[in-house]
Order: sequence, then structure tokens, then C-alpha cells
Amino acid sequence: MISWSVIDTWIIIVGVLSAVGCALPGAYLLLRRQSMMGDAISHSVLPGIAGAYLIMGNREPLTLFLGAIVIGIVTTVLIRLVKHGGKIEDGAAMGVVFTALFALGLVMIRRAADHVDLDPDCVLYGAIELTFLDTVPFLGMDVPRAALLTGGMLLANVLFLGLLYKELKLSSFDPGLSDALGYSSRFLHHLLMVAIAATMVASFEAVGSILVIAMLIVPPACAYLLCNRLLPMLLVSAGFAAASAVLGHLSAIALPPVLGYEDTSTAGMMALAAGVLFGGVFFLSPKSGVLAQSWRRVRLGAQLLSEEVLGVLYRRQEAPGVSARPVLAPEELRRGAQGRTVEWLAGRRLVRQGYVRPVPGGFELTEPGLHEARRLIRAHRLWETWLVEEMNLRPDHVHGPASRLESVTGEAMEEELARETGAPAMDPHARRIPPAEKH
Amino acid sequence: METRTDRPTTRPAVPEHRPAPASPAGTDHSPNAPISIHDVTVAYDRKPVLWDVDLDVPEGRLVGLIGPNGAGKSTLLKAILGLVPVISGRVAIYGKPLSKQRKLLGYVPQRESVDWDFPVTVRDVVQMGLYGQVGWFRRLRREHVRRADEALERVGMTDLADRQISQLSGGQQQRVFLARALAQDAQIYLMDEPFAGVDSATEKSIVALLHDLRNAGRTVVCVHHDLQTVAAYFDYVILLNMRVVTHGATADVYTEENLRKTYGGQLTLLSSAATALAQRH
Amino acid sequence: MLEELWRVFTFQDYNTRVVMAGTGLLGLAAGVIGVFLVLRKRALLSDAVSHATLPGVILAFWASIALGMTGRSLPVLLSGAALTGLLGMVTVVALRRWSPIKDDAALAIVLSVFFGAGIALFGMVQQIEGVHAAGLTDFIYGKTASMLISDTVIIGIAALGVCGIAIALFKEFRLLCFDEAFAAVQGWPTLRLDLLLMGLIVLVTVIGLQAVGLILIVALLIIPPVTARLWTHRLAPMAALSGMFGMLGAGTGSAVSALFERLPSGALIVLSASAFFFVSLMLGTEGGLLPRLWRRARLRRRIRRQHLLRRAWELREQTGKRTFSARGLVARHAWHPVVAALELRSARRAGLVQRIDGGRWEFTPAGESEASRAVRNHRLWELYLITHADVAPSHVDSDADRIEHVLDPDMVAELEELLAREQEDTPPPSPHRLETPTNGGGNGR
Ligand SMILES: Nc1ncnc2c1ncn2[C@@H]1O[C@H](COP(=O)(O)OP(=O)(O)O)[C@@H](O)[C@H]1O
Ligand SMILES: [Mg+2]
Repeated sequence: MISWSVIDTWIIIVGVLSAVGCALPGAYLLLRRQSMMGDAISHSVLPGIAGAYLIMGNREPLTLFLGAIVIGIVTTVLIRLVKHGGKIEDGAAMGVVFTALFALGLVMIRRAADHVDLDPDCVLYGAIELTFLDTVPFLGMDVPRAALLTGGMLLANVLFLGLLYKELKLSSFDPGLSDALGYSSRFLHHLLMVAIAATMVASFEAVGSILVIAMLIVPPACAYLLCNRLLPMLLVSAGFAAASAVLGHLSAIALPPVLGYEDTSTAGMMALAAGVLFGGVFFLSPKSGVLAQSWRRVRLGAQLLSEEVLGVLYRRQEAPGVSARPVLAPEELRRGAQGRTVEWLAGRRLVRQGYVRPVPGGFELTEPGLHEARRLIRAHRLWETWLVEEMNLRPDHVHGPASRLESVTGEAMEEELARETGAPAMDPHARRIPPAEKH
Repeated sequence: METRTDRPTTRPAVPEHRPAPASPAGTDHSPNAPISIHDVTVAYDRKPVLWDVDLDVPEGRLVGLIGPNGAGKSTLLKAILGLVPVISGRVAIYGKPLSKQRKLLGYVPQRESVDWDFPVTVRDVVQMGLYGQVGWFRRLRREHVRRADEALERVGMTDLADRQISQLSGGQQQRVFLARALAQDAQIYLMDEPFAGVDSATEKSIVALLHDLRNAGRTVVCVHHDLQTVAAYFDYVILLNMRVVTHGATADVYTEENLRKTYGGQLTLLSSAATALAQRH
Repeated sequence: MLEELWRVFTFQDYNTRVVMAGTGLLGLAAGVIGVFLVLRKRALLSDAVSHATLPGVILAFWASIALGMTGRSLPVLLSGAALTGLLGMVTVVALRRWSPIKDDAALAIVLSVFFGAGIALFGMVQQIEGVHAAGLTDFIYGKTASMLISDTVIIGIAALGVCGIAIALFKEFRLLCFDEAFAAVQGWPTLRLDLLLMGLIVLVTVIGLQAVGLILIVALLIIPPVTARLWTHRLAPMAALSGMFGMLGAGTGSAVSALFERLPSGALIVLSASAFFFVSLMLGTEGGLLPRLWRRARLRRRIRRQHLLRRAWELREQTGKRTFSARGLVARHAWHPVVAALELRSARRAGLVQRIDGGRWEFTPAGESEASRAVRNHRLWELYLITHADVAPSHVDSDADRIEHVLDPDMVAELEELLAREQEDTPPPSPHRLETPTNGGGNGR
């Protein structure tokens, strides 16, 4: 079975700290449509680290941060140069710059490898499992260095985003206005990139670049599908990031034994967990999830179909010489040809609302159904009249719009319509408009 | 060769309304014009897109900036706002450089220039107009929030204040932008196609608002497309096609001849030659 | 060392020959097909796809072990890679289609999640006993040294196939890149063409894994096309140049890596491709930095000079004097006094104006004709913009010294006549008419 130790606790702490630290600035990348900038900087930061090491001769955090700041700016400027020079899209410019810088970094690291234990593999997927080995005393405890580093970075990011909340919001939404109001959007862009580069350096040794890229974008993408405002989106991003880290580590130690292995890469599993969470949101989000979208489509279809059926029944009984309640044959529900689900739902809706009741051979219009149908037909024909008279549409063009409008017509709107059209008795097709019901 | 008479020029003054393609003396600039544009040339790449634009925008007018697609109308607004670098020339706002006068300018960009899926509400967007008045790091004060709500009220969007902007129709989006500019309480408004993609009722209410602004002494410059309504909406027009074709009070300038000059389509002997030329290039 | 260099670059070494042939062909194919990728604005799609191949490689390895094979067969591993690569591509498309997530975010999501999954799988595969899984990491950074002759053959065939298809369908791909909607209206099967193009991208990505690794293969697909773009804007030469840059970059890189065995070969290949890019970024005729800066500076200088001459001329016309003062320019046109002084000084250096007593200036004969030409040019252009507004903006080129260089002589003659008619009192100061002063002449010579 899974054995839990203090090591696992620290792994989760470090994972959560760096995931949340990434997700916060990452949300802005997502909103600025520059998500791949995370990927780009995560690669190009490598020569920054290697260069800082080669120049300064040590690998203190400060040295590495300096390297990251320089490379953050260099990358951004280079990308802009390439983009304008080559007249190409952002993506291609990023691709050129970050691959070139990454290749440079790989070579530099290999040259320096005799003196440093910087390992490209480690940069890719980190060594979060080993963070416990490198501790420093902090507040009377032995705390992993990585926890301090990522915690500090998270704090710095919260401060940065908090202080510049309004500026970043404005320049992300409308860079033009931001410049016009005196908040240079280019300067803010550089600041954000530097913050991201620094975040990466802080997270690299612990969790590796791939997890950083995942945490920059995937949790904010989840939040993007759920939230309507910026601040909630940031908070929800942070929540998803933390959840991915916890879930990732749990599955890294719990899943492999099921398959007969000991364990697996925690960083990889955290990225995968974020992906799984995103998949869930993608399907289930009430705001824009796939399920919600199709449910809305089906429900709307059913509503329209049931109204159409009521109209058909009403017109049938309106015909001269008909006295019996009209009956709808089940196959007549197929008129919309919108699929079984919609038909079933429309039928169920009508029965549940009490507008029709099943009789042998189909459905019969009830008394409340008759009222509802008359109301709908009245609205429909008033709209047709209005469209023809006020909007000068041709009479053979108004059925469609009127059908869409009738279902959103309330009592007040109906009265106003009647007033504006002069409450005619006949519609443009010379059919009787049922009078308003007495209440 | 070096001859030169000292005879004063006998050239009669060009009448105001006469379209003067090359007024050799240049514009007489007033130091107090809301916007003075001095010989501004803008080039994005090799070719200039604005060429020697030299004019004053008069105070307290509702100005229509008219011209065909690609004429450089948006570029002119951006040059005034300092959003694109000019190759030569300069712009003064009430006689002073832009950097000192930013607060006097309100800007309504083209609607497509922002991402309408962005997670902000209508009220958030309107409040952005006030960011220029609080400075770096500061938050909006209660008074600002109130002013943003007033601006929303003026465009009739109070009911939708808490909607996410992705749920708005085109006309509502435009009204949000307008409210944002109103909240700025600027002296000069620059609006890029505020009527594009807007239903006719909204258009009418926007025009009424613009007239209110003008009547309150503000200067409003609007990029506009619909030639039918120019005369009804604006009291001053600038006809632009890479350069200023002409500008002046609507009644004087907005003639068919000038329109033809701005929009071309004139069938002279030469335009067939020009077409052939265009194909060769 | 020199001897070694000699051996490598004269292809004496069998191994080097094999490797260079393989990577060179790979670079060629990537360069050619990458042009379409970049023009379709999907450059980074290849990055997402290449990262998405990792889980496929590992799963294929796993499966082949389970089936009792060695797990080292390249075709098996590459099929796995292609499978998840395609899956990644489909996921990107699905995210774009069914959610408000934008392109860039969809790419980043697929890239990181698939790669994370690959690493998680790798963590388990490593623990299989008696199996050497370490070689799998070669797919991440690439290792040309591990290429066998059989691998080169596979790469070569695939690369030539890709180039062949690209050439055969060149016209169709071009249409797809430049005007997809038009192509669809014309009845081209755009969807199938697009799928084919993307399939070719996946193929190149997969065969490049071994040589440059999955992190850097995207470089071979993007850097050569962008390099070529800096030299030409026409598609056919661009594709040819791009293929050439790709081949040269990859070939040089693997030759160098034969010299420095400790350095990662994939990185060297990318570095040599970027060396070509860097030089092109500086010097390229279509958007290279130096030509662009130079052109812009020249344009700025010329426009300022023309301004000065024209405004001085106009000032003279207005005051009716033969000379003009710097202060007059400053006052009339709100020039910055320093700018005016600088411009005048540079015009004096160019021998166009000279200083006379009392702080006033006058044109030299050369300046006189230069200024009259500038004024005339300006007024003719203005007139042209007005009278031919429908076609004008595409022709206007104030960088051209004279309007005659851009417009037909007939047109210029017509414009001159128009100008004369519109401003009877100020006929166009034309250099051709210097000797024939017209009545009441504004330029009175
Ligand atoms: N960022 C840019 N880079 C290059 N060319 C541009 C850019 N923006 C506009 N242009 C070009 O400048 C010209 C004028 O554009 P614009 O001012 O948007 O015209 P308008 O608003 O009048 O339609 C157009 O030909 C357009 O192609
Ligand atoms: Mg525009």
C-alpha cells in the first residue's frame, strides 16, 4: 500500500507552492493570447541560467535570477524584432527565438558541465522527489531550499500582481487604451515576462520546466471556462493549480503500484492531473462546457418544437368545420427532424406542462394547451403584422423571425405590439389574430 | 538665373470652402486649437500611410473623419494619441505636447481591437476609463466608481452593468466603449468608427450623446463611414485619403465634388491608364 | 584537430557520411514543408505535435517489450510517435472548435499535458527489469551518433516523399495558404488538403525525432522558412531557399557534432540553422534589420529635407522675399527651433542653402532646383491623390525622387495641366520650365 512520509508532505508543499506561483502570472499569458510565451521562455531561460553561472561562477539564487531577468527581456525583444522583420505571426517568431536560445543553452551547459551539476534532464522534469535532501534551517526547522524558493516566488508574484492589478488588467484587455492613458503596455509586457522567467528559475530545479508550462496555462484555462471576472479567475486558477499538484503526487505514488511498478515521475503526473482536471471542465463547465452547450441546444430545440406543435394543433382546430379537439400523431413530432432526444424532450415537456394528454393514436390538446396555443399564435401573428408594417419586410419573409420572437413575448410586450399595430383582426396572410384573453 | 522680383504675390486668398489641394502657404495654426497637426507623416513600412497631414481641429465641434478603407483614418487617430511613431512632424494638444496633455484625451478604439471574451464585466470596462486619473499602483476611489456608474447610466447600460462583456450585442459593446470614454470626462474625444455594427436605434442615441458632448464644449472627432449621414451628424468634416483632401465646416466642404475626390471613382481619360498601371505593379 | 576537420568535411568518414546524408535530407524536407506551416500561421502547432509524440514512443516501446521484441525497432517506435502526435493535433483542433479557448492556449495545454504524460510513463518503463530504456531519452534531445544506415534510409525515403508531394501539390498548397476561403469556393478539397499538409508535418516531425529530438525538431520546421522569408516574399523561391537553408543547417550541424562528440548533436544542428537565420535577420533584403533601419533613416532624412525645402520655398512665395529666416520656419510650422537649425545645417552641408547676413538664408542654385522639384513633386502627388483616389494609395511612393519614376509620363502631363488650371496664379514650379517663366509667375524666374 501507499506509505506516506514527511517527504511526501514536502513534495506536495513544494508542488503546490510552485504550481500556484505559476498559475497566477500564467492567467495573464492566457488572457493576452500569449500562452506559448511560457513555453518559449521556459526554453530560452536555459542559456540565461548557464550564462549567469559561467559569468558569476556560482549558482546562488540571486545569480540565477539575474540571468532570468536578462533572458526574459532578451527573449521578448528578440521575438519582437523577428516578428516585425520577417512579417510573420507571433508563433513563428517565438519558435525561431526559443529553439535557437535553447540550443545555445544546451551547448553552454555541456561546456560548463565539468564544473556544474546542471543537467538538462533535470531542467526538463526536475527532481521534486529529491528536494528533501537539500534543506536549510528556517524558523527553527529544516526546510527544503526549494520550498523557500518557490514560496518566496509565490509571494513575490502575489505582490507583483496585486500592486499592478489594475495596470495589468487594462493592458491585457486593451493595450491601445493602456498606452493612451500613460500605462505603457510594452513596459508591462516586459515586466510580466521577467516575472515569468524568474518564476521558472525558482521552480526549475524543484519541478522542471514541463510542469511549469503546464501550470502556467492549464489551471488558468480551467478557470477561463468557468469565470466571468478577472479576480475570481485568478483565485480559481490558483485552486486548480493546487489541486493538480496534490492530485498529481497522490497518483504518482498510488497509480503505478496498481500496474505493478513502484512509482513514477511526480512532475509528469502533476501535469497529467492538470490535464485531466481541464478535460473535466472542458466537458462539464456550466458556462461553456461541451455538455452544457449541447444541453442548451437540445433544450432550445425542444422548446421551439413544442411551440410549433401547439401552433399546428391550434391551426388545425381553427379550420372551418372542425369541432373536435385535434389529435397529434406521434410521428408528427418528427417535423423538426432534430433527433430523437429533442422529440422526446418536446413531447415530455408538453405532457408535463399539461398542454396535451396522451389519447389512443396520439396526443390531444387540453384546455390549458388551447390557451397557450392561442397566446402563441396571437403573438406570432402580431409580430408578423408588425414586421410587415413597421419594418417593411415582405409578408413571405416574416414567418421565421416571428416564430423566434413569439416564444420570448411576454404579456407587456404583447400589449405594446397590439398597440403599435393598432390591434388588427387579421395578419398579413389574412388569417385571424385571436383576441387577447380576458384575465 | 538668380533673378527675383520683389513684387509681392498677387495671389488671391483661397476662399474657405474652396478645396485647396495645395495651399502653398500651409495651414495657419492657432496655438489654442484642441489638436494641431503639423506636417505629420507616418509610415508603417516603406510607404507612408499618412502624408504631410497639416491641420487644426477646431474647438467645440463634432468632427467627422471621412475617407475610404485604408485611407489612414485610424492611423491618424493613433498618431494624435502617440500610439504610432511619426516619421516627421508633430502633434500638439492645446499647444502643448501630448505627454503633458494625456488626461484631456478620451479614446474609443475600433470595437474589434479587443477580445470580447475577456473575463471582465461591463462595469469593469467602464471603470478602466478612469485609470488614467489615479496613476500607477493606486486603486480607484469611491468617487470614481460613482462616475463610472453615471457614465453607464448615460448610455442606458445600468441594467447590464454586471454582465460579462461576451454576452453583449454589437450595439451594447459600442455603448460600453462610449461609457468608458464618457467616464474619462475628457476635453477631446477620438472615436474610431463608433457606429460600425450598431443597430439604427443605438446609432441615434449615440449621435444624441455626441451632440450633448459638443454642446458641453467638448471636441469630438469620429471616424465615420456612412456618407448618407455625414451631413446630419457632423458640423465639421475632414476628408482624408493618405493626405487631407479638404477640411472645413460641413456645409462648405461636404460637396459631391469633394466626395468624389476622396473616394475616387472618377472616370477620367486617365483612370483607365491608372488601372493598367495598378495591374502592372 | 585540423586533420579531423578535413576528414569530416571531405566526407571520408563512413559514419559521418551516413549521418550527414540523413540529417541533410531531413533538413531539406522540413524546410520545404515548413514554409507552408509558417505561412498558414501554425508554426507552433508542430511544437505541440512533437511534444505529443513522447507518450507514443514510450507506449510503443512498452508494447513491443510486452510482445517479446527488443523495443528498439525504429519503425515501431516512430509509429507510436505518429499516433499520439496525431492525437495531440486532433485535440488542439477539438479545443479550438468546442470551447472559447484560443489557439495559443490549446497548443500549450496539449504540449504540456501530453509531455507530462510521456514523462510519467517513462518513469514506469524505466523500472521494467532487464530492459535498457535509457536510449529512449535520445528522442528528447536527439542523438545523431546513434543513427544507423537503415535509419538513414528510412529518413531519406520519407524526406524525399514529403518533398515530392510538396512539389506535386505546390499549386494547391499555395492556394490553401494564401486564400483558403477562395480555394474552397473554387471547389478545391481544402479540408483534405489541410489534413494532408498536417499529416506531412507529423511525418517530418516523427522522422526528425532521432536526429534533433522532439524539443528542437520544431526549429527545423520554422527557422529555415523564416530565414528564407527574410530574402524573398514569393512562395516558390521561398520554398527552395528554405529547403536549402534546412539542408545546409542540418548538414553543417551534424558535421560539427562529429567533431565535438560531447556536445548534443540536435542542439548543434539547430545552432547552425540559427546562424544562417541570424545573418539573414541582420542583412536580409526583405525585412533584415540593417537594410530596414537604413531604409527608414533614409526615408526620414529625405522627408525632412523635402519638408524643409518645400516650406522654405513656400515661405518665400508668401513673403515675396528672396531669402528666408529660420525663425519664420519655426513660427509658421511649429518646428522645434533645434530641429530647424539642424535641418538647415545639414542642407547647408549638402550645398542646398547658404547663410547670408542677418541670420537669413537663401537657396543655392542647386537648392533652388531641388526645392522647386520637391514642391512640384509634392503638389503633383497631392493632385494625383485627389483625382485618382480610387487607385492612388497603391502607387504613392514619396520615397521615389520624382513622380515620373512611378507614374506614366502621360499621367504626369495631365496632372501638370490640371495643377496649372486649378491655380492659375501659381503654376507648378517644374524644373523643365525653369527657363520659361509664365505670366504672373509665382516662382518668378
Ligand atoms: N500595424 C500596421 N502595420 C503595417 N501597416 C499597417 C498597420 N496598420 C495599418 N497599416 C496600413 O496602413 C494603411 C492605413 O490603415 P488605417 O489607418 O487602419 O486605415 P483606415 O482606418 O482609414 O481604414 C492601410 O493600408 C493599412 O494596411
Ligand atoms: Mg480604421
